[in-house]
Amino acid sequence: MYAEAMPGESAVAAMQGSLLFGRLTLDAIPFYSWVAMGGAVVTVFTVLLAVLWVSWLGKWRYLWSEWLTSVDHKRIGVMYIVLALVMLVRGFIDAIMMRAQQAIALNNEGYLPPEHFEQIFTSHGTIMIFFMAMPFLTGLINVVVPQQIGARDVAFPFMNSISLWLTAAGAGLVGVSLVLGRFSTAGWTGYPPYSGSDFSPGVGVDYWIWALLISGVGSTMTGINFIATILRCRAPGMGLMKMPLFVWTAFCTSILMAFAFPALTVVAALLGLDRTLDMHFFTNDLGGNMMNFANLIWIWGHPEVYILILPAFGVFSEVTAVFSQKRLFGYPSLVYATAAIALLSFTVWLHHFFTMGSSPNVNAIFGIATMIIAVPTGVKIFDWIFTMIRGRIIFHPAMLFTIGFIITFVIGGITGVLLAIPPVDYLMHNTTFLVAHFHNMLIPGALFGYFAGTQYWFPKAFGFKLNEFWGKMVFACWFVGFYLAFMPLYVLGFLGMPRRLEHYHNPDWQPLLLVAFVGACVVLVGIFSVFMQFYVSIRDREQNRDMTGDPWNGRTLEWATSSPAAPYNFAVIPQVDSLDAFWAMKEKAEAYSCKDHYDPIVMPKNTGVGVFIGGAGFLLGFAIVWYIWWLAALSLLAVIGLLMFRSSQKEAYEIISAETVLSIEQARVRHYPEVQSAMSERSPS
Amino acid sequence: MITVAELIREHEEESLENRAYGFWLYLMTDAIIFALLFATYVTMFSNTAQGPKPVDLFDLQHVFIETLCLLISSVTFGFAFLASVQKKLASSVGWLLITLVFGLSFVVLEVSEFLEMINEGAGPQKSGYLSAFFTLVATHGLHVSVGMVGIMMMTCQILFKGLTKPVCSRLFRLGLFWHFLDIVWIGIFSVVYLPVFI
Repeated sequence: MYAEAMPGESAVAAMQGSLLFGRLTLDAIPFYSWVAMGGAVVTVFTVLLAVLWVSWLGKWRYLWSEWLTSVDHKRIGVMYIVLALVMLVRGFIDAIMMRAQQAIALNNEGYLPPEHFEQIFTSHGTIMIFFMAMPFLTGLINVVVPQQIGARDVAFPFMNSISLWLTAAGAGLVGVSLVLGRFSTAGWTGYPPYSGSDFSPGVGVDYWIWALLISGVGSTMTGINFIATILRCRAPGMGLMKMPLFVWTAFCTSILMAFAFPALTVVAALLGLDRTLDMHFFTNDLGGNMMNFANLIWIWGHPEVYILILPAFGVFSEVTAVFSQKRLFGYPSLVYATAAIALLSFTVWLHHFFTMGSSPNVNAIFGIATMIIAVPTGVKIFDWIFTMIRGRIIFHPAMLFTIGFIITFVIGGITGVLLAIPPVDYLMHNTTFLVAHFHNMLIPGALFGYFAGTQYWFPKAFGFKLNEFWGKMVFACWFVGFYLAFMPLYVLGFLGMPRRLEHYHNPDWQPLLLVAFVGACVVLVGIFSVFMQFYVSIRDREQNRDMTGDPWNGRTLEWATSSPAAPYNFAVIPQVDSLDAFWAMKEKAEAYSCKDHYDPIVMPKNTGVGVFIGGAGFLLGFAIVWYIWWLAALSLLAVIGLLMFRSSQKEAYEIISAETVLSIEQARVRHYPEVQSAMSERSPS
Repeated sequence: MITVAELIREHEEESLENRAYGFWLYLMTDAIIFALLFATYVTMFSNTAQGPKPVDLFDLQHVFIETLCLLISSVTFGFAFLASVQKKLASSVGWLLITLVFGLSFVVLEVSEFLEMINEGAGPQKSGYLSAFFTLVATHGLHVSVGMVGIMMMTCQILFKGLTKPVCSRLFRLGLFWHFLDIVWIGIFSVVYLPVFI
């Protein structure tokens, strides 16, 4: 029996430590491994460097008033993507460290102690899912969706700012865990009983729980926000079946976010109660039931996969149509396939634990449901291919990512159908075959899509195009690097290598692990290229200005505005009467008309309350992780106070005068002749 | 030619309608949280680990009074909202305060039930069943407490700002929240307490 709490006895974990600092002591600094210490030092230095750099530029006021406090969906979107790119680097450092460890750790300990290796695979998964992929897709949706539906903003601009800062607060907690204390060692899904306080008594799992809880609330709110935005803020005439496909995928993703994330909130909270208040939801003793955890986390976890992938499908649909210079093939089938995937995603969660003792009949049902998801996905693949057939394909980096995705994703899909067969899963469960499979879905299926979206919509956000050479480098390195890094893992899975191995004694595995390491190095060049592309493009921005707002001869409404779009997006809300609304406007030669008078426009004013709520959320999480109860109470009160303050305030507005609107619109139309000549040059007659 | 004031009014009206819609969506997400806590409770029902069983724990009379308090508070909130629609400021505030009293009695009764159980050695640390019981019922209680903070805030807003459009819209949303908690309680009553007494 483990510590059984008797009434009247203060055996509750939450009572540990001093009153002022809880269980936070100097031991929290990672002296246990030089690599971990190095990580802590690098983290602190990076933050310091960023602070010094902004101070040296003297840009704090600008940063605060124009960006951090912004409620403009485009700026919030850009900040989400910046966060995603920072966390991509962090998550990738974890990845290449694991590859390096496994490349050398044959019959020796390698360079990472086991305890540190476990933290690294946990933080790699946690960061890549929650703090790289989620902010990346949320950022793209934020930048693009309101512009695609002809709206001036999202339904709840202030809540949007809160969502962003709660996500950032969660990411901050994971970052702090590098410096103070340790991160979880329980894997990114944190299965109990190992993640319970009996086996993981430190702060690691608590960091994981609170990072998920805080950012999860942000994601739920994002879901609510975009369901409301898409259903209520569309331009007049844009029926559901006239929405661009990216809007459809964003819509289904938002529904999944709103209805799946509460499950994550519940499961993380229950594990937190087990750990902090000694309850018995998932413990070995006193009536705990850890199968409940597996069920609850995957009821969120499987829809989460589609939350990540659907927006990328939307990007691919837009990109394929524009760069094949054709309308999208089979639009209705793509819409129905998207909706079917969203629905089916709630019916397959059990396939994540076929081996955990369900009856053969239950396993069979979930196996079949899983295979059925391949059908709508297959429909989509064919639609994209048919869009390309007889198109005049432009091999822009965004299009390369799309083609790379189609090829690679099909391989991943096939291995997924394999794993959906329960007897096969019994053989493959917890091997590197599984690791290869889900990376094979998520790297092309999610990340390639986000990269393609970045290449495609960057000019709309910043007013100049990205350098294409470096864009092609990003694609080439990620594509080749992916195959080198993950195809060997399929083979290793067949050879019986379990996932998450810190060292091993089978010499047959090492050559393949070396190949995988080389793959990770190629991906490293890919990540370098991402930043090189930004650098080169910003340096050469004057040559690459997008003067017309429509650099790719686009089809959807976001290209009907100037680049970068004015804060209000549309001076006059467009009337939509067909799919590909902007294309129709161009055909009717209405796309570049300018009125000689506009109405003033009312926009919500920026507010710092969102930033403060995020800050208080961060402190709340930090305080509970370390049992600093006075700080936890204080930050909770701060959140409540800030919300009450905001709701009692009179709504503040920014009025954009009619003259300003007129001058912005005239500037866009001035370049119309250039557009006309460019269009006649490019478009097939 | 549209004036700025008209534009702001238009913008405000649209955003208030959006908020009512968004609030329904929020309630749906909250309903999922409760649904999963209910599911957890049901799966943990027999995991009492030689500790106290549900039959030994509950007092029908206590629960009955609790339920009455909450149901009546829902009715009185309805009156407060109707009064606000008819622009009767004083009566609206009065009904809100009555609602607050009933809400407070509910929370006090619930906390006393919890304390009694903990003193009898049936705290949430005793067994998986009791963890699930306390978590489900206390999550509802926490929501009621948040609702009471909302009622206090709305009372102040009505007194200081009057029954303006934004205030009425907030009151409407708070009402949705309050009635939603009633529905959840009926679920708790039927799933947690009723089976024990039948």
